Formats: sequence, C-alpha cells, structure tokens
Amino acid sequence: MKTLKVFSSLVKDAFLEVTHGSKVYHIWMAVLSFIMLFGMYNYSIQLEEGLSATGMTDRVSWGLYISNFTFLVGVAAAAVMLVLPAYVLKNIDFKQAVLIGEGLAVAALFMCLAFVIADMGGPARLWHMIPVIGVFNFPNSMLTWDVLVLNGYLFINITIPLYILIKRYQGKVPNPKVYIPGVFLSVFWAVGIHMVTAFLYQGLQARPFWNNALLGPRFLASAFAAGPALIIIVLAIIRKFTSFQVPDKTIKKISMIVTVAAQINLIMLISELFKEFYAPTHHSISAVYLFFGLDGKTALLPWIWTSISLNVVATVALTFHKVRSNLKILYVLCGMLFVAIWIEKGFGLIVPGFIPGPWGKIAEYTPSLVEISVTLGIWAMGAFIFTVLAKTGIAVELGQLVYKKQKE
Amino acid sequence: MSEDNKKWYSLNLGRSKKTESCGCGKTSESCESEKPKDGYDQIMDVPMSRRSAFKKITAGLAIGAGAVSTACSVVSGDESKEKSAIEWEEYFKGNYKLMTNEEKDKTVDRLTRSYELRTGKNLNMSSKDAEEDVLFGYAFNISKCQGYMDCVNACVEENNQDRSSEMQYIRIHEMEDGKGFNFEESDDNYYHEVPAEGHFYMGTQCFHCDNPPCVEVCPVEATWMEKDGIVVIDYDWCVGCRYCMAACPYDGRRFNWKTPEVPEEEVNKNQHYLGNRLRKKGVMEKCTFCVQRTREGKNPACVEACPTGSRTFGNLLDPDSNIRWILDNKKVFRLKEDLGTEPKFWYYMD
Repeated sequence: MKTLKVFSSLVKDAFLEVTHGSKVYHIWMAVLSFIMLFGMYNYSIQLEEGLSATGMTDRVSWGLYISNFTFLVGVAAAAVMLVLPAYVLKNIDFKQAVLIGEGLAVAALFMCLAFVIADMGGPARLWHMIPVIGVFNFPNSMLTWDVLVLNGYLFINITIPLYILIKRYQGKVPNPKVYIPGVFLSVFWAVGIHMVTAFLYQGLQARPFWNNALLGPRFLASAFAAGPALIIIVLAIIRKFTSFQVPDKTIKKISMIVTVAAQINLIMLISELFKEFYAPTHHSISAVYLFFGLDGKTALLPWIWTSISLNVVATVALTFHKVRSNLKILYVLCGMLFVAIWIEKGFGLIVPGFIPGPWGKIAEYTPSLVEISVTLGIWAMGAFIFTVLAKTGIAVELGQLVYKKQKE
Repeated sequence: MSEDNKKWYSLNLGRSKKTESCGCGKTSESCESEKPKDGYDQIMDVPMSRRSAFKKITAGLAIGAGAVSTACSVVSGDESKEKSAIEWEEYFKGNYKLMTNEEKDKTVDRLTRSYELRTGKNLNMSSKDAEEDVLFGYAFNISKCQGYMDCVNACVEENNQDRSSEMQYIRIHEMEDGKGFNFEESDDNYYHEVPAEGHFYMGTQCFHCDNPPCVEVCPVEATWMEKDGIVVIDYDWCVGCRYCMAACPYDGRRFNWKTPEVPEEEVNKNQHYLGNRLRKKGVMEKCTFCVQRTREGKNPACVEACPTGSRTFGNLLDPDSNIRWILDNKKVFRLKEDLGTEPKFWYYMD
C-alpha cells in the first residue's frame, strides 16, 4: 500500500519534472511530438491501404521496419551490458552510465515492439499471439521466442531501475540482495535477446545469406559496439545540458568496450567476406548483390560501402589510445560507428537475404515515403520515451525529486 | 499466345473471349455447363453468364471480396445489426485448426450469410475434413509442358486470387535448352508465342512439403499441414508477419499487400474454408491443391486445365493411382532436396 502511494507520488512528481524545462528542452520535445504525429498520420495511411503503402513486395517481403527492429534489439541488449560492471563488480565509474543505459534499453525495446507492429499485415489480430487466449506456437517458431525474450527483457529493465529509483526517491539505499539477481538475469537475458533475434534469420534454410553460423555472434559484436557508442553520445549530450556529473573516466571506460567490440566485429566481417568471395558458391549471390550489385541492380552499393568505410575508419581510429582519449574525436567516431552498424545490421542484412528470390529473380527494394515517415515517427517515439525516462531518473539521482513524507 | 501486348500473368479475360476458351482450359460453353453442377442451387437462379460477366470486369470492384468495412456503414436496420454481430463473432473466433465441427459449421454459416448480406448472392462453402488414407501428391512432366499457362489462368479463376495485383500461385519458367535447370537465367515473365524454339518449360508452385519450414515458423499456428498432406492457411487467424514467406525456399506463398479484388461476377462460389474463400488484406495465401475440388474427388484446376497432360495429381497411398505409377516407373526428382523439406511435388521426363 505504501509502495503504491510512493509510486503514484513519483509519477506525479515525474510528470511535473518532464513538463518543465529549459527552452531547448521544450523545443526538442515539440519537434519529437511533431515527428511522432507525422509518423502516426502515415501509419493511418498504411492501415487504410494495407502494406501496399510500403515499398515491400512478394520478392522483398521484409524491409525498413524489420531492419530497424533487428538493429534496435542490439541497442537494447548492449545498453544493459554496462550494468554488470556497475552493480556487480562495484565499478563506480559505470554507475552513472547504468541508469542511462537502462533507460536506453527500455526506449529501444518500445521501438522494437512498435516496428514489429508496424510491419504486421493484421495488427488488429495480434491478440492471436497471446498465450491461452490465442495460439502461441512455442517452441517451434523463433518468433514466439523473440516475443517472450523481448517482453521479458522489457519487464526486467523496467522493474530494476524502478526499484532503485523508488528507493532513492525516498532517500533510502536500494538493497543489493533485491536487485543483484535481477541484474544478473538481465545480463544473460541481453545476450539471449540478441541470439534469439539472430536465430530468427539464421534458422531459415531458404535464405542462404542468413543461414550462417556466424550471424548470432556477429549480432552480439556489432551490438556491443553500436549500443555503447550511442550511450557515449547520449552521455555527452546529458553532460552538456544537465547538471548530471559524468566523469571523463566513465566515458573512456565505455569507449574501451566499443573499441574491442568493433574490432571483433571487423574480424568477423573479414571472415564472412573471405568465405563468400574466396570460393564463391551458389549461396554467395546475395553477398555479391550486396557488395557489388547483380545485373546492374546496385541499390545497396552506396549504403554498404559507406557503412564499411565508416566502420573501418572508426574502428582503426578507436584502436589508438591517443585518438580515443580526445573526447571530441571520440564522439565523432562513435557517431560513425553507430551509423555504420545501423546500415550493416539493418537493411544491409535484411534486404539482401531476399535477393535473389528463391528462383533467382532479382527485384530491388526501395522504401516508400510512408514507410520512411513511420520509421522516423517510431525513432522520435523512442527518443521521446528515453528523454522522459532519463530526465526523471537524473532528477531522482541528483536528489531534486524527493518523496515528501508529509503526504502520508 | 497473346496478340495484344499484355504480360503473360495478367488475367487477360479479353483473351479468353477471343480464343473462346476460359482459364479452365475448356471452351466457355463447357465451362458454363459445368459450373451449376458444382455450385450451390441458387447460383442457377442468378441471371449471369460467365462471358457477359467478363465484360463487366470493373463493375463489381466496389463490392470486392473481403470488404470488411462495409459493415461500418451508416445504414441502420436489422441487416446492419446482423452484419456487425457477424463481424464481432468473426473477429473473436478461434483458430480453425482447433475448432470443433460445430464451431466450423457456425463460422461457415456466418461467412456465407455475411456474403449474402453484402452482395445478395449465395455461396457454397465447405469445411470438409481430410479423408482417411489419403495423401496428396503431384507430378510434373517437364517433357510435355509447352508453357501455355492455361494452368495459371485456371488457378486464378478457381481460387479467387486478387485480380488487381495479378496474384498467381503458379510460375512457369522458360528455360533454355542445353543449360539444364538454370532458374537464374530462366524467364518466368515471358509474353511471346509458345513453345519458343530451343526452350523448355517448368512449373513451380507450393510443393506442399512433408516437412514444411513455413509451418514451423508461424508464431500463431495459422498455417499447418492437413492429414491429407495439404499445407493450408487459416486466413482469419493469420496476423500477417510474413515469416512463412521468408522461410519458404520455393516461393510458394503470397501476401495480400492490399485488399484483394475479385469482381462479383467472377467469384468462384464453390468454396472451402481452407481453400479459395475470399481473402482480406494483410494475410497470407497460397496454393491449396484446390482443396475445395480435391476433397470432392476432383483434380485441381491446374491439372484439369493443362492441355498437354504435364500435370498429374493423385493419392500417394493408393497403389493404383497415376501418381504412384509415375513415381514407380519414372526417374523422378524434386527441387532443392538438400534443404530437407521433402516436397510432395515431383518432376520427371519422358
């Protein structure tokens, strides 16, 4: 009962907190709201016309939505990998990053779910997937595994920070015995969501481009590069605009993670390229399409080569301590890496899986404006959710939001 | 094959008029005489001939199939109330696979009644189960196929596929002699006279695999293999995630990217719940070996339409069936056998 009272008070205070802020903050939120509304308007067009409003076809039947979904699962997974050192290894440096990381995970998960729903032909019939009421094809369908792990992960990542925030809000110290098991669980779970998402594609014998044992590990490596890279950028912004203290040491520690993950990712990329191009088989055609184009169809070429150059430049530069220690350069490198992996793990992975089709037909995919607008809307939604969570979290951490005993 | 410059796969009904044959491969006269036999009695009362219907291709678009939104209209009265009641119950009904026979009958009644309310016409919808000791299989004679595509037309008309997006289940691949089965270089989009010199033809469609990857991946079990080996979809249970489409190595599945349109006059009213009943937007569909025909002991429309006899369909468990004779006496093979999907669709040559 008391917890409930504290919670409702926290919600009220948080609402006041997020509705007040500087001019920049208000402009930021207004812009996000506008993009979200624009995305919703476009989604209504898609609902009306069906998925024919998108660029997807019978040939390339998954596009921008599933690409972004795949990438964001990685971001969500990586964000929580910062939790382990902070809570368990008592590594103080990470503490400030953790709350941000968990907020990022929650926002990324909401975006994932939104992208999946946007991709559905019959979103109104999604209740068919709810166990007991509907039919849940578990354990056969990897998609049901994904539904389970994503929702479970969302639950863990909402409850742990909520517990900690509620304790701090009341001026108490959170009990490690309560949250440490959850932290451990969430770390294993983070690996799980990414592996399961990789298995979603990896398990399809029909698509040789995906049916590849390296896909899961590569997902992890790229996620642990892109996720923390995003966290570094976010921390830099938060440092600039709030009084939240994030020491340089923290950012530099995280940049270590980014660097190692990016290096491993690059090694795996080389291994993949070697396999596809040293002795090309029938199954290498998708890779040929992706990197060199087929029959004059070259839509992905500028994207993938942008991605690879950004990836290589950023990884090599990050490898040098001197370069990495310069925070200004680090931010740029993190941005480059993030974009590179968004392309590579997004439509650089999903679209070539469908090209060529089962009977060798090469039909390219170009997202429609409706699709792009809905995608932007969902990204804006993610940024909106994250801003709300981060602002509340930071206020509690800084002691600006405190539970007033008198209310009882 | 087509004098006017149309793509082969367009449902060119004008062509049917010119050549005096409809997609089922017969002359239109025999087609008309056959139709009332399969259909519901009421169809006979409808003053409609197939050929006159062809002329009004676009007339019926507005009352296109699966236009669920009709019920939201402002028309008040008992009928609209009944419509919304039907829609309510249809929305909350369960997966067909798990329905009792009584529930199956009820949903079939609702669907036929809903069609009657919408168009004033009656349907004959079956929910007949698989028969005992039946396992369907299919064989395709590569030596015989000449690429006429009568099978494609017959399939579209039989199975009420979307006319506006020209959806087809069957693809005929034109291959060059001397190159073997080279699908990459084959052409499944030809529009010239067939058989073309120096080419041979090969048809693909859903192979109704015995180990179907599409069924495994469906998150809601909206698709499954029936006891007689037909891989079917419950169109009302499908959520439209298209995972099955990604999982199919044979391009056997199609998605309704928009609301499918079949002019009312062209709707095949002899339907099966798992077969050719009208679909809605955002759901998968596929070849069902014409379940509405084959469970009544008939051949699929493509087999019946084929003028060359390349297509053989039958019960694999019946030792006297033609399909068994082919499997026992011909050098048969299947496509992409290395994937372990065990298609029930064999190719052979004379």
